[in-house]
Amino acid sequence: MRALRPLRKIGISGRGLVVTLPYLWLLLFFVVPFVIVLKISFSDIDLAIPPYKPLIEWVGKNSMAIKVNLNNYAFLFTDSLYIHAFLNSIKVAFISTLLCLIIGYPIAYGIARSTARTRNILLLLVVLPFWTSLLLRVYAWIGLLKANGVINNILIWLGVIHEPITMLYTPFAMYVGIVYSYLPFLILPLYANLEKMDWQLLEAAEDLGCRPWQAFYKITLPLSRNGILAGSMLVFIPAVGEFVIPALLGGPNALMIGRVLWDEFFSNRAWPVASSVAILLLILLVPFMMWYQSVQARESAGQR
Amino acid sequence: MANTGEAVKAAPWRDPSARAYVEIERVTKSFGDFKAVDDVSLKIYKGEIFCLLGASGCGKTTLLRMLGGFEAPSSGRILIDGEDMTGVPPYERPVNMMFQSYALFPHMNVEQNVAFGLKQDRVPKAEIAERVATMLELVKLGGFAKRKPHQLSGGQRQRVALARSLVKRPKVLLLDEPLGALDKKLREHTQFELIGLQDKLGVTFLVVTHDQEEAMTLASRIGVMDHGEIVQAGTPSEIYEFPSSKFVADFVGSVNIFEGKLLEDEPEYVRIASDELGAAIYVSHGISAAPEATVWAAIRPEKIFMSTAPPESSGHGTDNVVRGAVQDIAYLGDLSIYLVKLPTGKVVRVTQPNTSRHAEAITWEQQVYLSWDASSPVVVTR
Repeated sequence: MRALRPLRKIGISGRGLVVTLPYLWLLLFFVVPFVIVLKISFSDIDLAIPPYKPLIEWVGKNSMAIKVNLNNYAFLFTDSLYIHAFLNSIKVAFISTLLCLIIGYPIAYGIARSTARTRNILLLLVVLPFWTSLLLRVYAWIGLLKANGVINNILIWLGVIHEPITMLYTPFAMYVGIVYSYLPFLILPLYANLEKMDWQLLEAAEDLGCRPWQAFYKITLPLSRNGILAGSMLVFIPAVGEFVIPALLGGPNALMIGRVLWDEFFSNRAWPVASSVAILLLILLVPFMMWYQSVQARESAGQR
Repeated sequence: MANTGEAVKAAPWRDPSARAYVEIERVTKSFGDFKAVDDVSLKIYKGEIFCLLGASGCGKTTLLRMLGGFEAPSSGRILIDGEDMTGVPPYERPVNMMFQSYALFPHMNVEQNVAFGLKQDRVPKAEIAERVATMLELVKLGGFAKRKPHQLSGGQRQRVALARSLVKRPKVLLLDEPLGALDKKLREHTQFELIGLQDKLGVTFLVVTHDQEEAMTLASRIGVMDHGEIVQAGTPSEIYEFPSSKFVADFVGSVNIFEGKLLEDEPEYVRIASDELGAAIYVSHGISAAPEATVWAAIRPEKIFMSTAPPESSGHGTDNVVRGAVQDIAYLGDLSIYLVKLPTGKVVRVTQPNTSRHAEAITWEQQVYLSWDASSPVVVTR
């Protein structure tokens, strides 16, 4: 406390510092890069380093011209590739979220209803994959899914199939990769929600005439709504912009907006177009993020 | 005030031909090696308020949960209105339960909570609305239909839980510590409301409680439980005045227990020599015990007279009179509790009503005589 006293004299308090730090972080690593990307998205492509023309030009003495180029955005709507990629990304993210929910809900429910001891072990197992790099884990799936990979070999050895099934570089492989990678993000918030549940409510529902599945549908499901929404957003939002998994597992036909962005940026060196794709993606996701925020706020306020 | 319903006036448990409404037949529930409920048999009659009374962990809640269908008996069976409940799931039993935590559905308002069970039974909409409204009026929550549980006080929540479990008109209502979460004043008030409601609806109540005062107030009969067994079942006054064991005497109300040996054992009276008391106890009723057996005489604090002068002879010589010194006094307003230390070292608890505002007070360290009527002690053999 004493060390902070000179700071306080000039109007900086410990509390002020604590509050300022995250804002500073956001300013430095979100707002500034965002402004740079926004700026690039309004500029013209150029064969130079960096490969775009500056927005501000000096014309003569003491006068400057700001040239805002909207062509990049217009271009995104003229070439069907981009709209296609956007829609496909949303579709893939949506289906992945749904699959995560179908697989993750029973897991979260099972963990929440197990004894305290097994619960810790199960939670550890859910978190364990995070200890290895995502990239490594996705590469491992290549080894599992490829034509002479583990899965095909086992199936052939069992005599279920005679020819290897093409799994790698298909939408199937991509969904496997996304669902596998994002499942913990759905399980953990859902578990946190279900763990707070008063299980006596289910007994009360059964006492009042509900069969167990009816009690689940009428009590557990509505009460875990916020957990479902929070978990789904945590899967859906990053999955829309996912690049690594579709690129590694989905093959050349997996048209995802993250992939398009990468290609524009690195292959075509079309930084302005890539930037406008990024900005549009952000605009698309903002409503979902705001929704997620409000769900989070409601959850922590304890109101259902 | 105790339960005054019709069923209680008729005292069906005294009539061997009366048909029991709930029959618990030799029910045992084990969890591993631990027997939570140990060979319990019990008959409960229509319209009763039966209280299972016991300390926490005595198995009373497990027994209640077996009636609700949430636990299956390890052996024995339960019949409700003549129907064997073995294997019948909770949602098909003609009973409803009021949970200790109330277990109100937080995402539904009061009305939806109460209507839940009726909707589940596919009762016609108009009838649901009517029955819910009537029930809410009955528990005095008419104006709160649209409130969510978290907008209600503890007492109001308790009444929602009660309404929700009564609206389905169960044959038996199971209540798990129904007043446990309420403060003392509210609890007393609610006890009488509960009795009034039960009387009006004629539903059989089975109440689990650890609070002997609550049990005494509510019950037509009490079953005292200990270590998974029913150690005594009877009306509140039977339990209080004629406890069958040291445990019951001690658990229900406060009591002075003196260990002694049977001195004389006649059909009309017994005399007990008690070293603890330092005198003999003359009891004006016979008991069944082996001669020379160790027995215990239990005397309630309010049945002991305290005086500064020697009491008039009771006709039993020096029996039933001891001297002691007042060690402590607790003034409670309506009555005072005196702890009197006998020469033997035993401390006796005596309560005296404060009938006069200016009585000549007995104070600390004063020598007093304690005496009691020959009909007051209860002799128990275990």
